[in-house]
Formats: sequence, structure tokens, C-alpha cells
Amino acid sequence: MSEKVLMKGNEAIAEAAILAGCRHYFGYPITPQTEIAAYMAKKMPKIGGTFLQAESEIAAINMVYGVSSTGKRVMTSSSSPGISLKSEGLSYLAGADLPALVVNVQRGGPGLGGIQPSQSDYFQATRGSGHGDYHMIVLAPASVQEMAELTVKGFELADKYRMTTMILADGTMGQMMEPVALDIEVKPMPEKPWAVTGTKMSRPHNIINSLFLSPDKLEQMNFERYERYAAIEKNEALYEEYMMEDAEICIAAFGIAARVSKNAINEARKEGIKVGLIRPITLWPFPKAPFENALKTVKEFISVELSMGQMIEDVRLSIDCRVPVTLCNRVGGMIPSPEQVLDAIRNAAKNGGNR
Amino acid sequence: MSTTQLLFSGFGGQGILFAGKFMAYKGLIDNKQVSWLPSYGPEMRGGTASCSVIISDTPVGSPIVSKPDILIAMNLPSFDRYESAVLPGGMIFSDSTLIERETDRKDITEYRIPATQLASDNGFPTLANMIIVGKILSVMDDFGAESVDAALKKVISAKHADMLEVNLKAMKLGAEYKG
Repeated sequence: MSEKVLMKGNEAIAEAAILAGCRHYFGYPITPQTEIAAYMAKKMPKIGGTFLQAESEIAAINMVYGVSSTGKRVMTSSSSPGISLKSEGLSYLAGADLPALVVNVQRGGPGLGGIQPSQSDYFQATRGSGHGDYHMIVLAPASVQEMAELTVKGFELADKYRMTTMILADGTMGQMMEPVALDIEVKPMPEKPWAVTGTKMSRPHNIINSLFLSPDKLEQMNFERYERYAAIEKNEALYEEYMMEDAEICIAAFGIAARVSKNAINEARKEGIKVGLIRPITLWPFPKAPFENALKTVKEFISVELSMGQMIEDVRLSIDCRVPVTLCNRVGGMIPSPEQVLDAIRNAAKNGGNR
Repeated sequence: MSTTQLLFSGFGGQGILFAGKFMAYKGLIDNKQVSWLPSYGPEMRGGTASCSVIISDTPVGSPIVSKPDILIAMNLPSFDRYESAVLPGGMIFSDSTLIERETDRKDITEYRIPATQLASDNGFPTLANMIIVGKILSVMDDFGAESVDAALKKVISAKHADMLEVNLKAMKLGAEYKG
């Protein structure tokens, strides 16, 4: 393993993107993700890449569309209100089957909201934030090391399935520093025979477009896209289990909420409460299998979120509501404390699955 | 198996984040698990600044320090705000130039260092933070560790290599301060 360096999560994303071969970054500054743009502004010119601060988020996502059409790895990043602005472009990327990496370092909302950490863009990310039937692959890092590793993986998945991968982080993950090792293996980029790179008079034109006026053609394209989505749901779900072997109470949490929950779980275990954690790493596809599997021993699930309860719906769907799922949350830029989560665990233990 | 949670707090411009980063890097070089989390916001020189640093033998869970083992308070608002959060048996390192009152808690130890005064008297007025860091290291019996030098080289860029010596000097001053 290479020497570990201390890096902010935002910087780790930027460095990992460069490592993955991304040479084109378009963005517009917004707290708490500005370090990504700052890092790119410093590095890209030195390695023959493009850093461009666009006039708006909407312009930036459309520049991503343009570069992606040529087959190059490309990214943009923003925080919650900026992602809303990019949503039209995200839908167009989906409609044109273009790969891209988009980072959302979430902050509290709705509206301009605040600048402190949040996870309240879960619905927006996992349901496809723009119009039309589509999904993005959504990756949720819970450490600076994962910020780097999932960025590389995000580019690979985007190319493999010709779609957007979103890194769904939050202000804490973006701002915190942790040791990170950057000797991350990068697979060779796949051929992109669909890209617009000039025909050299030797092949028919490639056309990148999301306009299909014939309904039966458009329907067929949606069907085909969803076949790809089905393959992703089958093959790409990622998660971490923590102390789940004998768990009677299971916490579901991602990102910073999962880290806070681990503290609470360690304390609860000292009190003899059998509690564990399932941490989804892919939020779409949502890892349903570990939740189904947990039902062998788990009597109650607790969804710990920095939102009013968004992922909780996927937890309930994964287990068809067969046991109670309760919510433990803070919002608006507040973060649940380990004590709050511990109280929720004790409460669940007392109820023994009876709600 | 131990975990030390430190909370650095003071005015923006006092080097709060820098001092925290130094301690985190030292932990990393000592093969510990570490995290560093700044407060962030519409902050500026003269506003409040704080950062959470965790140094542990086991993987760090939440990077947020709300109940520190060690509080570094470099101004009165920080002292007032976090004094009661320190865990029983914990320590406060306070800049007594800027904080006139002492803690009245009996279950913690306070080390009062006139860091701002010492820094200014010795010709490096911006290094009150590192004077306090020096004191922490000496209390933890860690001042002579090789990782101190190594960590300093990590947080001071090559461009500012001339600052290494003066930082070490500030830390030594803090380490040797008997108050």
C-alpha cells in the first residue's frame, strides 16, 4: 500500500477522478464542495486537462453532456441546490445514454437551505432527479478512502452501463480529513464505439440525441434501458454489514449517519443489546438482499438519517414491512448524536419488535 | 486500546485548524487511526473556528467530537461554550492571556498557558497555537517523539520550510512552560 496522506474528502474525490483518467471538469462553486473545483483548477492545467468554471450549474452539466458525447471521462460536482439546477441535464444524459460522474456533497434544504451536512437529497438521487423514466447509479461513501475509491468505481460503472453515476456525499464527508491511500487500481476504459469522434469517412455517423418522436421507438429505448437497470440491480449492489451475525435490532444508515451509528452500536453491545448495522454503499441499486437475510434474526429496523425519513421507504420495501421500521433522524444541517441513536436502540430493545 | 478525542477552538486566524491538522498527522505517523473535521461556514478572521480531531487504536466512527477528552480553548467564548462538555478526567489547555477565568470543575485538569503573550514576547506572534500544542505533547509525555518532526514537515509545505524551526521553537517553549 502506498503512503497514506491526510486529505479532505472533497480533495480525495478530485484526485481520484484524475487518477481515473478524467481530464475534464466543469462546475460552479457552492459550499460545502468547493474544494473539488479548487483542486481541479490547480491540477487540470498542469496535466493537459480542462477546468472550466461555467456561468451556471446548468451550463456545467451541459458541458458534461458535450464532452461525454466524445467518449471522454468527464465530471461535475455541486451541492444540493446546484444539483436541482443540473436535473434537466441529468435527464438528457439518461435519454442519450451518456456516462458521467456527478458529485453531490449534500447540505440542508429545501430551497437554498443551509450549508451544513444533510442527506435529504436521497429521493432526488435514487429516483432520478429529472423528468422521465431513468435511474442513476448512486454511491454513498462513508470515509475519505471511500470518497476516492467510489469515484474511480463510479467512472467505471458509468462507462460500463452508459449512464450517470452520482456520488452522494454530505458536508461532513466533504470537509473531513482522514488518511487515504491513493494506489487505487483503475481498469482500462472500455471501447466507446458510439462516441462522436469523427468518422474519418470510414463509418456511418454516430448521433448523440435524446429526442425520439416515434413513440414505439422511444418505448423500445425505455425498455432496453430498464433491462440494463435490471442487470445493475442484480450485479452491482454494494453494502457493509457490521455486527449483524446475531442482531435482533438492525440499523440502516449510510455515509456519516452510519459512522455515528457504529459508535452507538458499540455502546449498546456493551449493554448486551444485540444490534448491528447494514450500510448501503449503493443507494441505487438499493441492496435488498442483506435486509431480507436479516429478517432471520432482526425484530426491528431503525433507519438513521439526516433527513425526514427518505431511505426508510427503501428499507420497508426491502422487507415488505414484515417487521417495524422506525426513524431516528436530525435535519437542517444537524447530525444525530451517538446518544440519540443509542436511545433509539434501547427503545427498540425494550419493545422487542412490538410496535 | 484507546481513543483520544480533541476539540480545538478559538478565533479564526489563531491557527486552530492548523494545530488540529498537526495532531492528526502526528497520529497518522504514529500508526493510529485519525480523523480531522473542521467547523465550516461563513467564517472569517476573527470569527469562531473549531475542529474535531480523533486519534485512536481502532477505526474512527463518528468524526464529530462533542465530548472531548482534551479541549484546547484559545478564547473566552470557546472556553465558555465547551468547558462543560469535557469528559470527567479530561483536560483543558487554555490560553490564559485571553481567558482570565479558570474552570471551577474539580473533575478535570486545566493547564493555563499565556500562549498569546509568550508568542508575542518571543517574536512569533502567530504561533500561540503551537505553544499550546507543545504543552499538550509534554503533558502526554510525547514531546520528544520522532513523529513530532515528521508531522511538522507534513503540515508545513516545502515552500515555507523556514517556518519549521520557529514552529519547533514555539512548541519547545510550550513544552517547557511551568504554570
